[in-house]
Amino acid sequence: MAEGPVEKGIARGNLPPLELYVPEPKYRPGDVVDYSHLPVPPAGLLARPDETCPASETWPLTLDMVRVLDDDDHAVGAWNPGLDPETLRRMLRTMALTRAFDDRLYRSQRQGKTSFYMKCTGEEAISVACAMALAGDDMVFPSYRQQGILISRGYPLVDMVNQIYSNRADPLKGRQLPIMYSAKDYGFFSISGNLATQFPQAVGWAMASAIKGDTRIATAFIGEGSSAEGDFHAAMTFAAVYNAPVVLHVVNNQWAISSFSGFAGAERTTFAARATGYGIAGLRVDGNDALAVYAAMEWAANRARANQGPTLIEHFTYRAEGHSTSDDPSAYRSAQEREEWPLGDPIMRLKKHLIALGEWSEEQQEAMDRELVEQVKVATKEAEKNGILGHGMHHPFHTMFEDVFEELPWHLEEQAAQAMRERGIKWPEWKERDDA
Amino acid sequence: MPEETISKDNPLTDTGAGAPGRQMNMIEAINDALDIMMARDPDIVILGEDVGYFGGVFRATAGLQKKFGRNRVFDAPINECGIIGAAVGMAAYGLRPVPEIQFADYIYPGLDQLVSEAARMRYRSAGEFTSPITIRSPFGGGIFGGQTHSQSPEAMFTHVAGLKTIIPATPHDAKGLLIAAIEDNDPVMFFEPKRIYNGPFGGDYDKPSRTWKGHPGGEVPEGYYKIPLGKARIVREGEALTVLCYGTMVHVAEAVLADKGVDAEIIDLRSLVPLDIETVEKSVQKTGKCLVIHEATRTSGFGAELVTLVQERCFYHLEAPVERVTGFDTPYPHSLEWAYFPGPVRIGEAVDRLMKD
Repeated sequence: MAEGPVEKGIARGNLPPLELYVPEPKYRPGDVVDYSHLPVPPAGLLARPDETCPASETWPLTLDMVRVLDDDDHAVGAWNPGLDPETLRRMLRTMALTRAFDDRLYRSQRQGKTSFYMKCTGEEAISVACAMALAGDDMVFPSYRQQGILISRGYPLVDMVNQIYSNRADPLKGRQLPIMYSAKDYGFFSISGNLATQFPQAVGWAMASAIKGDTRIATAFIGEGSSAEGDFHAAMTFAAVYNAPVVLHVVNNQWAISSFSGFAGAERTTFAARATGYGIAGLRVDGNDALAVYAAMEWAANRARANQGPTLIEHFTYRAEGHSTSDDPSAYRSAQEREEWPLGDPIMRLKKHLIALGEWSEEQQEAMDRELVEQVKVATKEAEKNGILGHGMHHPFHTMFEDVFEELPWHLEEQAAQAMRERGIKWPEWKERDDA
Repeated sequence: MPEETISKDNPLTDTGAGAPGRQMNMIEAINDALDIMMARDPDIVILGEDVGYFGGVFRATAGLQKKFGRNRVFDAPINECGIIGAAVGMAAYGLRPVPEIQFADYIYPGLDQLVSEAARMRYRSAGEFTSPITIRSPFGGGIFGGQTHSQSPEAMFTHVAGLKTIIPATPHDAKGLLIAAIEDNDPVMFFEPKRIYNGPFGGDYDKPSRTWKGHPGGEVPEGYYKIPLGKARIVREGEALTVLCYGTMVHVAEAVLADKGVDAEIIDLRSLVPLDIETVEKSVQKTGKCLVIHEATRTSGFGAELVTLVQERCFYHLEAPVERVTGFDTPYPHSLEWAYFPGPVRIGEAVDRLMKD
């Protein structure tokens, strides 16, 4: 044993100096993209363990990839959920509607009708297929890119647009950033702008359902980037400890604003593999394969409902657009990535599958797309009657002070009066509309 | 340590050492400060979400990774606890980290590392370990950021023993204060008012926005200079009323008082902790009236501290109750952002009350 304080920086023979490793994505703007290094296993090869199996039986699946749609557009293998054509068409339609909605509302933001928008282009299968595999009364704790779930559950498009425009018909009273929806009647939890917070909350909801002897389960979504937050690990620990009836999804779309998945640990192992360390079931899925997503969600939901506990599902996908309307991905990644993405486009893949089944055609697809564009247009026009952001048609001023608490304390009543007085001073002609 | 280069008499325009000025916005000034300090001190490292190749979502670290390498400027996982905790560890080794928290609204997962660790490290180890960390973070509203991109949480940090809290109001000050913060041997919260990154803002959201061009605060000296922490800036000398403010509200106060033709003494505090109490006292004792303005919520805001200090130290000089203009005690709303913001009307009413006799 050495005596006294340690000696620092002592020479260690010919050992090289330590080096800091900082991950760097393979491709930057202008680079030629080649994804041949990405392992994309053939569809249909993986076994589907029984839903009540020990968690450890799923662990090989966390390092592989559940895929159902093969290169010839057929649904193959044990994970094929065997959906009927009517259900497949409904799935396709909902995904296409989600994309049409995104395209139009993105343009609305560019036209100055609101402050912000976030598309989910390329990730439609994850939201829509998960929503369809869940029961309607199961509780969803979404991130900000699961608009497909709301649309799938039949939430009125016009109310989504009202929220996005922060207008006088906005169900959230103009308080939240656009797309931070909340829809309790549709089993859709209030979206937070702070990342990963919904993960432990979903576990808590599931624990409550178990405490009460309910049959409903909870599910939550985060991006791979925010799986780095402590909340992710809090959720995993609680889910494991209490065997919570919850399905936790990591949507691995490769990019968190400008940070590639390596900054969340993707260079070391898969996100699904995190399940192993916690001793819970895990699955890794081709996130652009709607049938694989459906099958994984269905498997995990059945497992949770059978009191067999939580599952972590990684959806391997690609964020085809910018993080949001405030982001310009051409500044940090190669534009070619999207074109070269080896798992294709989820809508195109499902369309081709239906055509291969003889249950759909290009003509039907085109007609449907036209119809959906019109459906979204009608909803936005209807919403615009209630106002767009910054043009005075917002909820009454007093609503700004409501819901801070159940009841307004004296200081908020005083502040509400102050806000009204200020309004009168700045705009003497102004009167609060009472039809808002 | 180089001498302080800003004279107390004319802190805004005297940039010291005859250094030529250059027109910059606040982002460019911050970037310049980081660039200069990285070159001067090899122990400075920058980490944060998107700060590396991309250069930060507000571009404050643009070009720094390319210039100083990935060993010194690097992206971090989305984990504020990790960012601040790692900074504490790097500081324990002897580095001088300058982490960025992308929005002040996102800092809360890092609070334990900040409040229980960084802030107390010097104290609990009797000076063995210190945390010379400067945490940069954009804060404040006025950009339709909704409740998670608009908050002004500075009072939470001024309440923590062991943290310094700095808020610049001009590009000139942002550079000089950031350099001083980085050189400071204690943890410093450096909140950047993002509404005025690109130009001063007089509070009228319905008027066209301005750039820093032509504003004296947009003239930024070349090279190294620092503005000592704990020294306020007298924006405008006056006899009728003392206005205490910081960040975006400095410019709103200036515009409102000019509009009203009140001979106010406007003080940009620049540093909340440590506070330049001498400048505050001297001014209030001279004018006998005091208005405190901040954008943050009212209850337990930093204004409460300022009002208390003024009445403790200037009570017998006061000719009117001290007034406090703030944001409301609600989350920052999206559509009614401008009804929340303590703009010209709210400030004007308070000035009228103070000046009525």
